[in-house]
Amino acid sequence: MELTRTEILPGVWLNHLHTEKFKTACLSLNLLTQLKRETAPMNALIPYVLRRGTTRYPDMEALTARMEELYGSAVEPVVRRIGEVQCLGFYASIPEGEFLPGGQSVLRPATELLGQLLLSPATRGGLLLPAYVDSEKEKLLDVIRSRVNDKRSYAVFRCVQEMCCFEDFAVGRLGGESECEAINYKKLTRQYHSLLQQSPVEIFYCGRASLRELRADLRDALITLPRGEIDYEIGTDLRLNAIEDRPRYVEEALDVTQGKLVIGWRLGDCMEDPDQAAILTFNTVFGSGSNSKLFRNVREKLQLCYYAGSLTDLHKGLLLVSSGIEFDKLDAARDEILAQLEAIKNGEISEEELRVAKAGLASDLRAMCDSQGELEGFTLSQALDGLDYGPLELAALVEDVSKEDVQRVARSTECDMIYFLKGRDPEEEEDEDDPEEDGEAIEKQIEAILEAEEEKDE
Amino acid sequence: MEKKEYPQLGETLFSETLPNGLRLRVIPKPGFRSRYAVLAVNYGGAHRRFRLDEELIDTPAGVAHYLEHKMFDLPDGDKALDLLSANGADPNAFTAAGATCYYFQCTEHFEENLKLLLHFVTTPYFTEETVRKEQGIIAQEIRMGEDSPESAVYYRLLGMLYARHPIRDKVAGTLDSIRDITAETLYACHKAFYAPGNLCLCVEGDVDPEEIARIARQTLPAEPGPLPEADFGEPEEPLPLERLHRESMDVSAPLFLIGAKLCPRAKGREALRERLIASLALRLLVGSASDFYNGLYARGLLSRDFDAELDFSAGLGTLLIGGESQDPEAVLRALEEELDRVKREGLDPARFERAKRASLGARLRGLEDFEGLCIALAEGVFEDYCALDASELLQSVTLAECRDYLCSRLTPEHLALSIIEPRRR
Repeated sequence: MELTRTEILPGVWLNHLHTEKFKTACLSLNLLTQLKRETAPMNALIPYVLRRGTTRYPDMEALTARMEELYGSAVEPVVRRIGEVQCLGFYASIPEGEFLPGGQSVLRPATELLGQLLLSPATRGGLLLPAYVDSEKEKLLDVIRSRVNDKRSYAVFRCVQEMCCFEDFAVGRLGGESECEAINYKKLTRQYHSLLQQSPVEIFYCGRASLRELRADLRDALITLPRGEIDYEIGTDLRLNAIEDRPRYVEEALDVTQGKLVIGWRLGDCMEDPDQAAILTFNTVFGSGSNSKLFRNVREKLQLCYYAGSLTDLHKGLLLVSSGIEFDKLDAARDEILAQLEAIKNGEISEEELRVAKAGLASDLRAMCDSQGELEGFTLSQALDGLDYGPLELAALVEDVSKEDVQRVARSTECDMIYFLKGRDPEEEEDEDDPEEDGEAIEKQIEAILEAEEEKDE
Repeated sequence: MEKKEYPQLGETLFSETLPNGLRLRVIPKPGFRSRYAVLAVNYGGAHRRFRLDEELIDTPAGVAHYLEHKMFDLPDGDKALDLLSANGADPNAFTAAGATCYYFQCTEHFEENLKLLLHFVTTPYFTEETVRKEQGIIAQEIRMGEDSPESAVYYRLLGMLYARHPIRDKVAGTLDSIRDITAETLYACHKAFYAPGNLCLCVEGDVDPEEIARIARQTLPAEPGPLPEADFGEPEEPLPLERLHRESMDVSAPLFLIGAKLCPRAKGREALRERLIASLALRLLVGSASDFYNGLYARGLLSRDFDAELDFSAGLGTLLIGGESQDPEAVLRALEEELDRVKREGLDPARFERAKRASLGARLRGLEDFEGLCIALAEGVFEDYCALDASELLQSVTLAECRDYLCSRLTPEHLALSIIEPRRR
């Protein structure tokens, strides 16, 4: 497998990974833009509106029928956030011709369809159709509001939101509810055109087609892409230190039987020149997988929780621990999680712990070469960081990480936020039945919940 | 070993039943770094009552899942999970209604990991103390499930559909039902269900099938052991007990699940064919290219997360259509109307051909997923068919079969609707 990266049109980069391993090819196209509170929901909406209809296939039925003809070549909207860069576009999964009856490749028509979805939407008077925009806007609002449904991810979202309250990162992948509500078809059409003109474009392909063949297909499909001044100034604002001297504490009550404790740290000074391999190894030792300190101590040994795991955001420089606990175990669980991080700072990492963490991490990275989806995500993320090494090279770097490297990452962290999602007090429930008496308090509570829901992520 | 080529899929399948009864399936994948193995046990949350040596045994809800948690303990105090992870493998397990699966994925030390997998799943070691200790962890898992609206809408629906079948009860059991589980209960269930004759090993990756057969022969017990017979109770009536149920939780919009009992009839390869007919019929009825889906989506009655699937397990077949909607009852009405329309007008031949193409593409895509394919192979083994035959069999499915399926198995009376509404405050 060899990755070739070429600029096929102004500001349009093709990452071509040639391989005959898979039975379907993957082709994704991503417009990159700065994540901002005001525009985030518009950007998140655009691929979904485009997926409603093109000039040639004016509605979803016609579009889906076309995709079914192409043996279920699915071209679906995708919206991601990598650091403070919003990436939006389409991800296509295209069966390789060799395995289809007749042996005919469908790559060219599928690429053509991708181009039409991006560049030739169904319009009236040059504007995106109001019916499509309004309908997709409602659906996006539903998704934004539904963040509360999965309490585990909701708690993580809320912790990040509180922790990064002064940063655009807090709006999440899709943006907030009120900004979404303000969208109309005229504004959205303007934003769509400005994205086409200014956004750097990252295309990823993994499959059997040669670079030459694919480049020709893509150039034809994207021939009408209007390019203006490309905005290369997009990036992520890094905050190395906690906002206050002591970690802030936020708690919230919902109807839950199990509490969710989420703790957030800034990765700190180590982000000035981030050593990906060391940070990932630190995370594995601390809280990723069944050999991690959190799993072994907080879950297995002390049984303080059902799950406790850590994750890092290497772009934004965050460390997060998420756990599910009994309401009365808050103090004990928090203290133990902090104690485990302290232990790493003090170098309490056995050789075995480090070896196991590195072996698992390196194995996961190598296995990434067997999954197109993971390769796509990894390549996009590396392209954004201007890094040119692949998962195998990163796996090799992981093998060289030392105990001191891991310790250094731990020492660099600064705890910034402790968030706790607890159950509602049963007495409050009773009170709520009496609107006369507690009307105002309830209203405030509702307001708080609504505000919170406004900005949850998936 | 029996070797079968699937030229249209570009795959080769090696199969063997060892003298101890273990069924083995291997798909070599040269050029891949990942290797995946699953040891599946034909025993899940629904196998609560079973007949063994003429004796009828009743066990509390949640035993199969409890057993899965405790299987990772080894007699020398080691934890299999730690040993596999220490070898760079990614081990895990799950318990479903119809089966329990133990699996790992790794890039190095595959054979060593495989030995360990086979060893720990067939080596029970429980003490009263470790069993008691696990209760806290499982109780937390059960409570976490209680906060999940998806789980609530699903189990409520099963309760509306099924009168007796143990699939009604949560796989993990309840805080009450797990209280009485002891080391003795776990030993008894392990003895009954975890013998090689009741297991299936599926492996995919750059491996040598003969070597895997050799390791399995060497590591597993030599005797096939008992073959317990599950007792799921009297067969279920085709119609639901209750057609509409609402509950409220902290959700942002109403969550719904429409279901029906499919009462599968066929066995073996015909069972696979029946499933393919059902799945193609479902695609035509409510799939992303259907009038039903596109109409409701455009009218704002369906959100983005709409999904329709078929679940065949523990002798049952259940249709599940669900998502979020401001008006779940309107979705149900539209589905009933669509079924009526199919009955009157039949299915469109052009759409049928397209749907078949799309299914073929989806099956091809499914081959990339080692875990999904290995588990599908194991399910097929327990049901006496080969999952890799699906693409070829699909070609033989006719329009008339799909129409007849919809008209006979899915009349409006078959449908039940479970709703979780936002709590009013």
